[in-house]
Amino acid sequence: MYVAVKGGEKAIDNAHRLMAEERRGDPAVPELGLDQIAEQLGLAVDRVMTEGSVHDRELAALAVKQAQGDLVEAVFLLRAYRTTLPRFGGSEPIDTAAMAIRRRISSAFKDLPGGQVLGPTYDYTHRLLDFTLAAEGTPEPAALAEQPVEAQMPRVADVLGHEGLIERSVEADGPANATAEEPPGDLTRQPLSFPAGRDLRLQNLARGDEGFLLALAYSSQRGYGNTHPFAGEIRMGDVTVEFAPEELGFAVEIGTITVTECQMINQFKGSKDVPPQFTRGYGLTFGQSERKAMAMALVDRSLRAGELGEDAVNPVQDEEFVLAHSDNVEASGFVQHLKLPHYVDFQSELELIRRLRAATPTADRETAE
Amino acid sequence: MTSAPGYNFAYLDEQTKRMIRRAILKAVAIPGYQVPFGSREMPLPYGWGTGGIQVTAAVIGPEDRLKVIDQGADDTTNAVSIRRFFARTAGVATTERTAAATVIQTRHRIPETPLSEGQILVYQVPIPEPLRWLEPRETETRKMHALADYGAMHVKLYEDIARFGRIATTYDYPVLVNGRYLMRPSPIPKFDNPKMNMNPALQLFGAGREKRIYAVPPYTPVKSLDFEDHPFEIQSWDQACALCGGTDSFLDEVVTDDRGGRIYVCSDTHHCATRRDAVQEAAE
Repeated sequence: MYVAVKGGEKAIDNAHRLMAEERRGDPAVPELGLDQIAEQLGLAVDRVMTEGSVHDRELAALAVKQAQGDLVEAVFLLRAYRTTLPRFGGSEPIDTAAMAIRRRISSAFKDLPGGQVLGPTYDYTHRLLDFTLAAEGTPEPAALAEQPVEAQMPRVADVLGHEGLIERSVEADGPANATAEEPPGDLTRQPLSFPAGRDLRLQNLARGDEGFLLALAYSSQRGYGNTHPFAGEIRMGDVTVEFAPEELGFAVEIGTITVTECQMINQFKGSKDVPPQFTRGYGLTFGQSERKAMAMALVDRSLRAGELGEDAVNPVQDEEFVLAHSDNVEASGFVQHLKLPHYVDFQSELELIRRLRAATPTADRETAE
Repeated sequence: MTSAPGYNFAYLDEQTKRMIRRAILKAVAIPGYQVPFGSREMPLPYGWGTGGIQVTAAVIGPEDRLKVIDQGADDTTNAVSIRRFFARTAGVATTERTAAATVIQTRHRIPETPLSEGQILVYQVPIPEPLRWLEPRETETRKMHALADYGAMHVKLYEDIARFGRIATTYDYPVLVNGRYLMRPSPIPKFDNPKMNMNPALQLFGAGREKRIYAVPPYTPVKSLDFEDHPFEIQSWDQACALCGGTDSFLDEVVTDDRGGRIYVCSDTHHCATRRDAVQEAAE
């Protein structure tokens, strides 16, 4: 008689087995290897590493496979694994000026030292479905440049910095600035509190959902917080990571990672203390995630409204609103928790609604219906 | 029983447990105050009990007996999943008997069987801030708590009375703990609110996504907000439980057909089963 939606262990086990079966799909079709995902779905892997905040292509590829290509679920898998990893310490800051460049463009200058390097990009492709990809084939080889990219490729923000036209960044101010001396915070160890420092804000945005940041950045371009942005520079390539173990006393190279960096340059009319100058918004991601890096830089700059004395009236300028809702693992969990039983709360509401309706005169009730 | 290989006892590493225990101690020292803590990413989704799981992981030991309920029931899917998580990662004994459990993790209910000294009740909390719907900003609500500025909540309850003739909050009904902090009891029905008052068990609240822990120590006064002329009251039913015949427990409505057929059954499955056994024994 009484068969409520209650699941025993057996039902759960069976549901998971069914899911595993569906994930595998038709067994006549060859199974995906992690190397195939890492090599051929590289941008998905990059996104999962960025938002999962673990740089490990193999683990990220596994997460993508396990999540059946659901990237938010893959991010969650990687994050849950990340929690269990021991922490040995923080690396030295990576030096993006010393990056082995694969792509570097600036929309602020026509030409600049080091030149514009398109590198691998979907920009300027005509988005026509390429039916030759449906049939397996070898792509046409890309021509090798006649000369390698220049070894010296100064960052555009540094070029402007020489003239004093752009604000100095904290790291450029050197040890005189006290905040540069403090190790950056980690919101996965300490709860975020407001107002958050820029270190925590950037960490939050780097981990934040690409779609959420993209929409916020877009809103800032459409009048909900005008940031007057220029893509000062976007560069993508390899940087070395160095770590200084305490017992060694000096930094050693521990590996090379690919990152995408975006420096937005934004107009600033100045305030009573500061002359008119350009200001910065910063975005950094693992791998090749240009859309995310650009969105992040726009949102970072928008969130500096308070610091720069601008009116903060739009969602993208509201630190608490943005940082509290950017994480897709948190958001996905809470939105989907509505699938859990709520019989008790619903029963309480039912009882109340019935009481309230009983207290309402019948005529009114009929009108309402 | 032994715990799963490759993972620490109860999943979390000892450093993390220590950090959570420090937060719990602070929470016990300041009843009803929300203590921020470095909530970890758990292998279960946020919003599905990660706060409660972390609190349980921090307080549970190998000798403990764990009971997990959701909506009062031991066999709802999420309760099954969480109970299994601890059986797997901590190897602890589990039970459905309220009185036999040393740690009870719950979502949305307080068991009908009265708790006793030495027991720990761990609540899963989605939104810990009682003032959240009145003021979305954490920076503001923390100030309001610091100043015990709870007028906005009283105004909200008053407005309910003015509009509906009664307070229209049925679950997650705000309480004042130890005469000082306004607290959100997690979405338990207001039916359960009186059970929190002067309870001999330790009540711990974990909100994982929101990164807050709070507590009601044993024998602490917990008062549901009300007015002299509109005293706090709990839900009541005209029906009895269709399974055990009980009239003093919280009842869930179960739809039996599409023509308005309804029966009412106890939400607390262990309580219901115990009473049915007692009735059967008496009959034999």
